[in-house]
Amino acid sequence: MERRYEIRLSGYGGQGLILIGIILAEAVGLYEGKQVVQTQSYGPEARGGASRSELVVSDQEIDYPKPLGLDLLLAMNQQSLNLYCGDVKEGGIVVADSTFCDQFPVSRVVKIPFTRLAREQLGREIVANIMALGAVGAVSGIVGFESLKKAVLNRVPKGTEDLNLKALQMGWKLGEKAKRELVKEGREEYIISAEEL
Amino acid sequence: MAKVEKLLQGNEAVVEGAIAAGCRFYAGYPITPSTEIAERMAWRLPQVGGIFIQMEDELASIAAVIGASLAGAKAMTATSGPGFSLMQENIGFACEAEVPCVVVDVMRGGPSTGLPTMPSQGDVMQARWGTHGDHPVIVLSASSVPECFWMTVRAFNLSEKYRTPVILLLDEVVGHMREKVVLPDPKDVEVVDRPRPTMPPEWYIPYADTPSGVPPMAPFGEGYRYHVTGLIHDVRGFPTSRPDEIGPFMERLFRKISANFPEIHLSEEFETSDAEVVVIAYGCVARSAKRAVKEARERGIKAGLLKLLTLWPFERPAVERLAEKAKVLLVPEMNMGQISREVKRVNQGRSRVVTLNKVDGTLITPGEIVEKMEEALG
Amino acid sequence: MREITRLIHKYLRHDKKFPHIWCPGCGNGIVLGSLIRAVDKMGLSKDEVVLVSGIGCSGRMPVYVDFNTLHTTHGRALAFATGIKLVKPQLKVIVVMGDGDALAIGGNHFIHAARRNVDLAAIIINNHIYGMTGGQFSPTTPYGMRATTAPYRNIEHELKIAELAATAGAAFVGRSTVYHVKLLDNLIERAIEKKGFGVVEVMSPCPVQYGRLNRLGDAVKMMEWQRDNTISVEKAKELPPEELEGKLVIGVLVERDLPIYQEEYEKIVERARGSGAAL
Repeated sequence: MERRYEIRLSGYGGQGLILIGIILAEAVGLYEGKQVVQTQSYGPEARGGASRSELVVSDQEIDYPKPLGLDLLLAMNQQSLNLYCGDVKEGGIVVADSTFCDQFPVSRVVKIPFTRLAREQLGREIVANIMALGAVGAVSGIVGFESLKKAVLNRVPKGTEDLNLKALQMGWKLGEKAKRELVKEGREEYIISAEEL
Repeated sequence: MAKVEKLLQGNEAVVEGAIAAGCRFYAGYPITPSTEIAERMAWRLPQVGGIFIQMEDELASIAAVIGASLAGAKAMTATSGPGFSLMQENIGFACEAEVPCVVVDVMRGGPSTGLPTMPSQGDVMQARWGTHGDHPVIVLSASSVPECFWMTVRAFNLSEKYRTPVILLLDEVVGHMREKVVLPDPKDVEVVDRPRPTMPPEWYIPYADTPSGVPPMAPFGEGYRYHVTGLIHDVRGFPTSRPDEIGPFMERLFRKISANFPEIHLSEEFETSDAEVVVIAYGCVARSAKRAVKEARERGIKAGLLKLLTLWPFERPAVERLAEKAKVLLVPEMNMGQISREVKRVNQGRSRVVTLNKVDGTLITPGEIVEKMEEALG
Repeated sequence: MREITRLIHKYLRHDKKFPHIWCPGCGNGIVLGSLIRAVDKMGLSKDEVVLVSGIGCSGRMPVYVDFNTLHTTHGRALAFATGIKLVKPQLKVIVVMGDGDALAIGGNHFIHAARRNVDLAAIIINNHIYGMTGGQFSPTTPYGMRATTAPYRNIEHELKIAELAATAGAAFVGRSTVYHVKLLDNLIERAIEKKGFGVVEVMSPCPVQYGRLNRLGDAVKMMEWQRDNTISVEKAKELPPEELEGKLVIGVLVERDLPIYQEEYEKIVERARGSGAAL
């Protein structure tokens, strides 16, 4: 059986989760040479409904295209966290946007206020998704920063490259730090506050 | 252009496959979950000098496609269940008048408006029998993004070769999933073009029988003036009600497909050589089935998979061969049992046919298939 | 040789399929004559003409003429024709339909073809009835008239074909009757020639169904009605509305220059190619 790494990116429609799913899939698939399947589900509305994007990553051919047990869940709101935390497998990890989540019914969690940081530090809430992508990339360990950077530049609108790269870098650093702390201290949660930046 | 690797949706790969196969005309009407095909066609076709047109409905879309094909272009449309229902009328016209065209149906839950954003495999029988009157048809399926590319190429090639509509049945999972696909250098893609008349116009008999059963097809406006109709017609294309002309026409319509089953059939086998339980699956479910076979093998169950890439004409030879050896043929489908009816018909009591049907809008999981295997083997 | 004999020899398919299916007194043959004269006068080669039809009595017209001919499904003729024209813009694509074909089952295609302004010529033969199936009322059967599916009387209201075409955006709209055959020749020629969607509505008698059910007399009587109850566009402009009551206005109703679909699409192709947009 192939070894799989499974990720779900979840939140509201309009938070840019489908986009970061595609970017992550291109980074691991096209620039890291791994096999990847990205799927998504969405409601009938273009904005505001529940949105989720899923990735299965492997070194071998991927048969079943949907996750069987999540290695990583990104929850960009409380509703998604509540809905999907049960799909995280043992040893899996949750990355949550603590701007919108205050209850964490999970064992291993990284809490980062992506949306608040994007708004306060970068002046644009809209790049919270790219920041989250950076954090997910670093925490998961399935992709290198350079690959992610390349994939981001490939997909974001012209003129927004610098802003998006800043967001990506910030997310990556926070993710790396969180992962290090989690491993080093054997802790079950890691909370990033704005002051740590 | 050299080959290039891309991360594409199944729907997007259909477009690239179509263009590689020579498709230069698309007429369609937006419908979830097939819309990405229309969107990418609108972007890509003008780049290669092709024509994209958004029509007023699916009735008009398939009609424009047939008109374009009669004028000499390789043409296609794409839709989902509700639109596919509307297209049935003129799919029959394309069968009757022998006009090559490709119709992609990205299946969603039904009946009626059903489940627009959720997968299903409910249109298998509609693809076979949807249009009225007895008629042959070719239906293909795909279970991955690379297969979306190659099955679209194959759909065009078969359509052109046999002058018949070819339907590519995808499902919401396959249409929307993104995977890596190598887009080949166009010169590495084998492309088949419709047979054209080699005789002068005055010798051309547009619906004459030939050794292959497929008459050469002259495009409109190139000196071969002839009549095309949805009425049963004689060899010159003129309406007829003479039994001695109707009979041979209908016979040829079926023979041109039935004489070529071996070339039209396409399937893949995995671990079937010693299999006691053979899963027969297609589309997204074939991927669940492949994993189920691996999991079952780990548990000591001798399982195998027959993945159908041609759905119609039904892959009788492979199913017969596997039915001879296997104890159980397990057919998981996201409908209440459509291909399983064919499996039962072909099985003729050789093996035991077990069905696994799911119509709740979610993909059948490997676990559900393994469970069914264990239950069936006792 | 008489002119009509020359045209018959040149344009009709004599190897098969005559006599035609049309009833005695039907106007369809007159429309076919006008169409042939228009094509001949324009000097078009038979290879460059495509004649497309739908279903009904008019649907059988293509089988008789030596053009590229296509007999499609009920109501869909304009959509088939759109596909042909876009792929081979050099061809003259002429679509002939009946009132039920074009306005009932094909009504949606009709208004969108007019709006889209693909360069097609549409001839709609309006006999106010479904003739082939035996006299059922159509969208152009006037209020109060009889049909086999309106045995008491028709309680629906008539759709005005030419006026609808004008509103939907056709580049050329003309109306004639089969009595006014010179006008009909001219309108068909102009609709073919016109760049864009050209519509000719032809009022045509169906003595066997519509005439019989409504006691309108034989074909001669019905054509005399056409003679006595029509008024030219030019004259109609000078008359007060009350004098136009019950009269049929014939002539060129609309002629305007609008961007045609094919030319607009060519610009899209140039732009798409020029942008060098990669995959």
